[in-house]
Amino acid sequence: MEIKLHGSNDFIQEISSMPGGEKINLCIQCGTCSASCPNANKMDYTPREIIAMARAGMREEVLSSNSMWLCLSCYMCTVRCPRGIVPTYIMHALEHLAMRHNLSTPRTHTPVLYRLFSDTVYKVGLIPRFGCMSRFYLNVNPFGAVKAIPVGLGLLRHGRLQFKAKTLKPQAKRQLQTILDKAKAFGGAS
Amino acid sequence: MKYYSYFPGCCMHDDSPMYDSSARAVAKVLDMELIELDDWNCCGSTPYTVVDELSAFCCCARNLALAEKRGFDLVAACSDCYLILNRTDQHFKEYPEIKTKISEALAAGGLEYNGTVRVRHILDVFANDISMEDVKAKVKVDLGGLKVAPYYGCQVVRPTPNFDDPEYPQSLERIIDSLGAQSINYPMKTRCCGGSLILSEEEIALGLMYKLLDNAVANGAECIATVCPFCQLNLDAYQSLLNRKFKTNFHLPVLFFTQLMAVAFGVDSKAVGLKMNIVSAEKVIAGHITK
Repeated sequence: MEIKLHGSNDFIQEISSMPGGEKINLCIQCGTCSASCPNANKMDYTPREIIAMARAGMREEVLSSNSMWLCLSCYMCTVRCPRGIVPTYIMHALEHLAMRHNLSTPRTHTPVLYRLFSDTVYKVGLIPRFGCMSRFYLNVNPFGAVKAIPVGLGLLRHGRLQFKAKTLKPQAKRQLQTILDKAKAFGGAS
Repeated sequence: MKYYSYFPGCCMHDDSPMYDSSARAVAKVLDMELIELDDWNCCGSTPYTVVDELSAFCCCARNLALAEKRGFDLVAACSDCYLILNRTDQHFKEYPEIKTKISEALAAGGLEYNGTVRVRHILDVFANDISMEDVKAKVKVDLGGLKVAPYYGCQVVRPTPNFDDPEYPQSLERIIDSLGAQSINYPMKTRCCGGSLILSEEEIALGLMYKLLDNAVANGAECIATVCPFCQLNLDAYQSLLNRKFKTNFHLPVLFFTQLMAVAFGVDSKAVGLKMNIVSAEKVIAGHITK
């Protein structure tokens, strides 16, 4: 791994301005996060490395890696970090930045899934599994859909697949969308 | 009678209706009333917090505002709903800027939130708002020492350990043992099932699930009891796919802990909903029951 000695500080500013990302500079590189992560061995860079690279200003390398997309949000790193950093939130912040700047690696379909999910929450107010699953597979992975058929049939046979999604009452949906429109207009939490 | 505002979450009306029906039935037996929050919306879950954190917080804030009007604790049964609702409440209190933005967005919809709602998980309620002696007293069907692997998954005990240890919790064990079943000890009980990565990173999620099932079976489990619809669905609905991939022969029923409670309390079988479990649990349970 190439370490840039004169990396820019903008990236660290960007991360630490997001809620939960502030403590990134407290990292002592002990590696407890990486040792606790169920997916560290499948990541381009482990959580510890990601933090080191972010602090070295390696913005593009970090944001185009697969690391944060393999974060399960299991928070094991978070409860173990001796410095009180929330690596899970840092991973979320990196996912957000990668999506916003179109840098997400094409090796993962997770950004498509997240976008689809969020759009559904806005439009419907609730998440219908069948609709979301089928739209996701058709969008990115029709082959995955074939493999998922037995899973879907199992759910169907046991009365657990609803073709007709439950919806919010029109008034409640309007209220939710009004609130979310206002939130969107703020352009972010930080 | 104790009263709670109840936040079922999307899964309950979709792929996990037996969690909903068994939880309501168990609450009734324990003299608790779960009053569903009117017109609740999706919590936004982890994906929405990634795409647009403020919008996700506002999704939750609407639910919190509705719950605040009523005044009871807000009880979620899904671990992800529980986490995101809690996180919204925490961020609302810790970040003045977020508080202002959430309040303005809510005001656009004619709502307000003052930060007074206590968000709880249904496991916390059933494990801590009633004594285990009272649970024992309600048992009508002896589960005959059925060996149950308590499976917590991640988000019920992390990141904020509100009611139990983040890595070695005991709430489920207390309940399982009080029902006349026997909780088994196994190291993987708070490790992740893969969550929604089962859709986008199937190989990786199946690998995590394999380790979990293998670990539970190796320690003598006859079934798993869990507290989250994502964990239940992954381990149950994908078990046959996992068997094909790893050339294994797991046949481990995965129940919601409320289903196990409902069986022990002798609740109507429709509310228990064992027919909805894909890996059949009926035979394993029937083999232990002595009425």
